[in-house]
Amino acid sequence: MSSITYLEAIRSAQEKVLADDERVFLYGQDIGNFGGAFKATKNLAKRFPGRVFDAPLSEDAIIGMAVGAAIEGMRPIVEMQFADFSTCGFNQIVNHAATLFYRTGVPCPIVVRLPSGGTSGGGPFHSQSMEALYAHYPGLVVMTPATVEDAYGMLLAAVAIDDPVIFCEHKFLYYHLKAELLPESVMPIGKARLARAGRDATIVTHGAMLHESLAAATELAADGYEIEVVDLRTVKPLDTDTILASVARTGRLLCVSEEWPWGGVAAEVVARVTSEGFGLLDAPPMRLNAKDTPVPYHPDLWSVHRPTASAVADAARRLLHI
Amino acid sequence: MDAAACKAGNESIAHAGNFHVLFFLMQKTKDEGRISQAEYVRAYRVMLLARVLEEKLASLYRSGLIKGGVFLGRGQEALSVSVGINLRKGDIFAPLIRDQAGRMAFGDTVLETLRTYLGSQLGPMRGRDGNIHRGRPAEGYYAMISHLGAMIPAVAGGLLARRLRGESGIVGATCIGDGGTSTGAFHEGLNAAAVEKLPLVLVVANNRYAYSTPNNRQFACEDLVDKAVGYGVAGHRVDGLDLEACMLTLRSAVQAAREGGGPQLVVGDLLRLVGHGEHDDATYVDPALKSSHVGQDCVVLAEAEIIKRKWATAAELAEWRVAAEDEVNATVDKVRREPAPSPEEDDWAAFSRPEFAEQFAAS
Repeated sequence: MSSITYLEAIRSAQEKVLADDERVFLYGQDIGNFGGAFKATKNLAKRFPGRVFDAPLSEDAIIGMAVGAAIEGMRPIVEMQFADFSTCGFNQIVNHAATLFYRTGVPCPIVVRLPSGGTSGGGPFHSQSMEALYAHYPGLVVMTPATVEDAYGMLLAAVAIDDPVIFCEHKFLYYHLKAELLPESVMPIGKARLARAGRDATIVTHGAMLHESLAAATELAADGYEIEVVDLRTVKPLDTDTILASVARTGRLLCVSEEWPWGGVAAEVVARVTSEGFGLLDAPPMRLNAKDTPVPYHPDLWSVHRPTASAVADAARRLLHI
Repeated sequence: MDAAACKAGNESIAHAGNFHVLFFLMQKTKDEGRISQAEYVRAYRVMLLARVLEEKLASLYRSGLIKGGVFLGRGQEALSVSVGINLRKGDIFAPLIRDQAGRMAFGDTVLETLRTYLGSQLGPMRGRDGNIHRGRPAEGYYAMISHLGAMIPAVAGGLLARRLRGESGIVGATCIGDGGTSTGAFHEGLNAAAVEKLPLVLVVANNRYAYSTPNNRQFACEDLVDKAVGYGVAGHRVDGLDLEACMLTLRSAVQAAREGGGPQLVVGDLLRLVGHGEHDDATYVDPALKSSHVGQDCVVLAEAEIIKRKWATAAELAEWRVAAEDEVNATVDKVRREPAPSPEEDDWAAFSRPEFAEQFAAS
């Protein structure tokens, strides 16, 4: 049986929604005959003539047009070539798409695909993690799939729901992750997943950091520690119940996130656990983020800029010894 | 009719189509028929109603009965009404802040305007947004956001959706000012619409000031309509004081878009006869502009034209104004008795799916 990568899952999900729902179309830079910078839309323009087409280098117009098309009842999926460039379309996302339903009662079912996160050599402008930035704005669902199955199933769900979705697909996982089968269905949107059960500490994480955290948990298991790992799946809405239930079991919390620390997802999780589950904690909650600098280009710098499995394991050991 | 069109300096620049061919025609718009008495008077009466309504809005603002800003279109009614009146049901319209006349020509009402300005729970925005930020997007009447230029790609996307669904003969129009032409969204939206050859009519009211900033601090081209060539779209320039010229120009631009001619950039020359908002006394406006041609009042000019053409008497015009005032005053009385939005009853839902809402109350 051939295995399916995370990237192929994203392509397959788009192929499925194009086939199943005539309201869906794809718009973005180089996504037509070229098939996208990462080939997430490979062959889709040929298979769905007139429904997968190239946009000018205009992030504001791409998202603005998606908003208009959504008002008219379509379900556009737009690709930002890199998440970093979505800042050029930021206004349409946070001020137009995000406010439309609240202001007018008309929903805005767009999906904005953000190839997110760091890869070796990506540098400051092709590596960013922007989920907290978008989660800050009311009205946006922010998804951060960490597995092949979720990349596929959550993208299907993103198209199906009426609210605008920021789909943070992680570039580091594009080729590294493989699965044998694509799922028939996935857990509901807004539900976190217990990726590994444990009793000594909880790691709450999302995206590519799930795999660093799982590797750290494996490393610590050799020392006799059982670490529970929660994969958030969506950072907005955030599944506080699952997080609190895990902390209730373990008494210790480490949040691991590839984003910058200030006001990030990890900060939000720590805030919620301390305000709603203070009594569950046996130690101060910890967070591990990327360093608070632009994402460096050189692989040697980048490899310590973001949290890695060994950094997660070090942080978890400190937490366990408090 | 030739005289009116020519007098209006009513020029069209038809682009030759090939982006690289620097051949374009500058020609006087062909006389595509007159504006009939009925059309002219209908447009005038919408302008009059918009003017009377806006005078009332200013008065309510000064009385402290309107919270937030009041932004009026005084001096821009002829251009604005010509946009709305040339659209049909099923078209898309995204007006901007000085388009009370165009909005009402497209179907907006005194009642919905006042409900939004006075914050009635019964209005289309339910107190969640106010003043000129109103619309009914599901009916093709988009509700502007404040970020200038943002509605251009939105209308383009709406038109793209209609095309994908196989609908033809649809037009989308949106309005902007001279200041808005400097935004990135203006550039991106018009360019993307041109690439897709969408039936977009983009109307620029060059009212000479973006808030307090004059044209010479806003753009360096000779004339805003010159931008049409750069985008590969048709350009039209019109005297925004002349109702008939505006009606003819917009009729021609809307028709060209409807027939597959791609985006149409219409630039109307006029002067904003009020402040940016009612809080602004506009002392920065150059007195020479006020005493020039553009300093005239398009409503007064249209009235003079109606009398000159013997389409109505001064007494009839006065009656129309009284009728407009009666409608506005009665509607103010009605809306002021309507309920305000209730903080307790609002669902505070930014998501259409209630299950996505999270609780952030202090706990």
